[in-house]
Amino acid sequence: MIFDYPTLKVIWWLLIGVLLVGFAIMDGHDMGVGTLLPFVGKTDEERRVVINTVGPHWDGNQVWFITAGGAIFAAWPMVYATAFSGFYWAMLAVLYALFLRPVGFDYRSKIHNATWRSTWDWGLFIGGSVPPLIFGVAFGNLLQGVPFHFDENMMSYYTGSFWGLLNPFALLVGVVSSAMITFHGAVYLSHRTEGDIQRRSIRAALIFGSLLIVAFSAAGVWIANGNFGYAITSAIDPAAQPNPLLKTVAAQPGAWLANYAAMPATKLVPALAYVGALLALALVAMRRTLLAFVASSLAIVGVIGTAGVSMFPFVMPSSSVPGSSLTVWDSVSSQGTLTIMFWVALIFVPIIIAYTSWCYKVMAGKVTTAYIRENEHSAY
Amino acid sequence: MLSEQLVDLSRLQFAATAMYHFLFVPLTLGMVWILVIMESAWVMTGKVIYKDMTRFWGKLFGINFALGVTTGITMEFQFGTNWAYYSHYVGDIFGAPLAIEGLMAFFLESTLIGLFFFGWDRLSRQQHLLVTVLMAVASNLSALWILIANGWMQNPIGSEFSYETMRMEMTDFATVLLNPVAQSKFVHTVSAGYCTGAIFVLAISSWYLLRGRDVEFAKRSFRIAAAFGFASACSVIVLGDESGYAVGEAQQTKLAAMEAMWETEPAPASFNLVAVPNEAEMKNDYAIHIPWVMGLIGTRSVDEQIPGLNDILKRNRERVVTGIEAVKLLETLRKNPQDEVTRAAFDAVKGDLGFGLLLRKYVTSMDEVTPELIDKAARDTIPRVTPLFWGFRIMVALGFAMLLLFGMALYASVKGDFMQRRWLLRAALLMLPAPWIACEMGWFVAEYGRQPWTIYGVLPTHMSVSTLTVESLYGSLTGFVVFYTILLCVEMYLMVKFSRQGPGSLGTGRYMNEAHHA
Repeated sequence: MIFDYPTLKVIWWLLIGVLLVGFAIMDGHDMGVGTLLPFVGKTDEERRVVINTVGPHWDGNQVWFITAGGAIFAAWPMVYATAFSGFYWAMLAVLYALFLRPVGFDYRSKIHNATWRSTWDWGLFIGGSVPPLIFGVAFGNLLQGVPFHFDENMMSYYTGSFWGLLNPFALLVGVVSSAMITFHGAVYLSHRTEGDIQRRSIRAALIFGSLLIVAFSAAGVWIANGNFGYAITSAIDPAAQPNPLLKTVAAQPGAWLANYAAMPATKLVPALAYVGALLALALVAMRRTLLAFVASSLAIVGVIGTAGVSMFPFVMPSSSVPGSSLTVWDSVSSQGTLTIMFWVALIFVPIIIAYTSWCYKVMAGKVTTAYIRENEHSAY
Repeated sequence: MLSEQLVDLSRLQFAATAMYHFLFVPLTLGMVWILVIMESAWVMTGKVIYKDMTRFWGKLFGINFALGVTTGITMEFQFGTNWAYYSHYVGDIFGAPLAIEGLMAFFLESTLIGLFFFGWDRLSRQQHLLVTVLMAVASNLSALWILIANGWMQNPIGSEFSYETMRMEMTDFATVLLNPVAQSKFVHTVSAGYCTGAIFVLAISSWYLLRGRDVEFAKRSFRIAAAFGFASACSVIVLGDESGYAVGEAQQTKLAAMEAMWETEPAPASFNLVAVPNEAEMKNDYAIHIPWVMGLIGTRSVDEQIPGLNDILKRNRERVVTGIEAVKLLETLRKNPQDEVTRAAFDAVKGDLGFGLLLRKYVTSMDEVTPELIDKAARDTIPRVTPLFWGFRIMVALGFAMLLLFGMALYASVKGDFMQRRWLLRAALLMLPAPWIACEMGWFVAEYGRQPWTIYGVLPTHMSVSTLTVESLYGSLTGFVVFYTILLCVEMYLMVKFSRQGPGSLGTGRYMNEAHHA
């Protein structure tokens, strides 16, 4: 089966979406657990319980992030180049925060010292809470457009500042992202723990789930009524060799709602965010925790999908020189590379999901303080 | 034009973070197989000491692995953050193996490592061994994909420049995969990793034996490390990278530079055992030759010539001149893509486009180019010889020293009298830093020897960077240094603590220094 170039470009938009959603669901729940760690675990033993709910899994989950990065490099090299260099300090903050996770998980319980352990607990908190916040802020900026342009050699120049990223709308999207990930982590924790920790986790889930719904709605209202959106104003040939400079683009308030008007079925995507979040809230309150986790995962599909559908075909609009905007049509790799990578992803993503599921199945069940005591020397 | 300071700082940051990352990678690559051997012994013999060995060395493996993961994340994202033009220019080819590495290898390794540590009571013995074996296979597959990406930087085949998209595009995936440079680099690199793992286990076991503690545990570990290490050291030398140096021009330049071969000699060339290179006059002030040897190891023949640096320089100067033509034609073609005549003319010279781009370091327009600048650009293609010459020699000397050590350790293991040879145990302990120094030197030679290119002959390093400010680079570099230094101190502290405590840290009740319950 050989796809034509336009179809492949759309497939890769979907695949990048799949990897980002996979990242948010898998690495998201252990980041949420890290965020909640200092609050739902009061004693050292309780904190070890919390950490060990994700102990065997965080490392594999983190590869969703690394693979999403690699896939963006391979499929959307211009986006990889422009976004990561443009958001330089934001990316570095993510990296520095992530440094604290592998060492935090692995080193924390290797030494019997209260200060040592609580330092790493806060390290895990930073490693869990900072990346989702920054990714949200980055998406908030993508939705508004980012100041960058290309020269005639396709070298990119970012003309904004780090502080410019921290505008009110972007921060609101940061709250959406943080609430979503923390909610998801809380639901996971309520599934894997019992007693006090589970009670606290359920409370956290109710708080952050509600916050997610409020913040997501507020961002939606802001987009509907604010000065958002870009549109391609020249004819575009989806089959053309990718060159972002061959089109014209204009800022067009309301353009981020155009896809929903043109294809009403896409309204199901934001609807899924609401249904998933509300369902997860109800289920976690009823202590149907596994189903609640499925529902909060669906909410994540809905939230990230909403950002994608609103902006399609844009990936990274330029606010300073709109003609330099990167879209699904003109920021991609060659047809050959997209084809090869499509097959690789098609074969390996299901395999990854299979052995990850097996790993969770082997380690299934509640993590308890008794388990920590029995495995004093080997548990995290 | 991009400031040289920006380029230098970007290079420094990449070099620092990559070399730091490679402090942890080789130990992972090697130790994981030692764990496989130990655990296989446990499954086959049922002797619990082998299980304890797997778990104790696994603990040290885990401490190392954590920092390997930490520093690896930086590598995946640094191309985008600091090498944006590079990422745009070659992402179509270079991005693919990186993404495949994640999907095919790193996912498997990272998912299973959780079961390796936490699955002992939940998996059958055979299942757990399978997990360990798959983890080992995956970690080595990881290295394969990364070295395919790196091999393409050294020998960029299977690809072509596209004037429409202003970048290199993949034309033949299989050629990129089967790149001979990548294959020989892979074998060499993982074997070096195996040596690192073996020296690590050998040295720490020797320390226990010198102190006369946990003797049975240490003896068995020593034997496994000696046998595994001897095989690995043979492989690292016999399948040495040298075979890959005959392939492609980047490798030829590097070979001539690290051997301080200024002139092309009649085949088979002699080998400079020691030399004092004179970079300015492009000759050696002093050298001790061994006839024939260079030709034999460099070409595996007696009649093939190895080009010297002065000839390479002459050849490259011509390519710079053609390259300038290519840059000019490309500019015309970009303005008028329908112009068939220009396209045909460009296609004829585009193989040298990268050499023309070398002048972007000095001028913005090719009309400003002078013959002096052409000389300068051509001279830039010859890397500095002295650091390569000595870097290579340090690596090789350490390689042979390790082979000797493993050989003696294996001999003593077979005879069973290594407890009496205290000098051997001391030598093993003393050699602990050797594999790391050798690995770092190897990477230094490979990457510094590729300069002034990021992709040999295609993209100059100078053009590859992100258009960041120098202040940003100072800031991020400081951040990396501070974080990495703290993390290294913590890691070393834990490594030393658990090595000292020994298998007692497992709390099984069978060893010295039992862990106390807090």
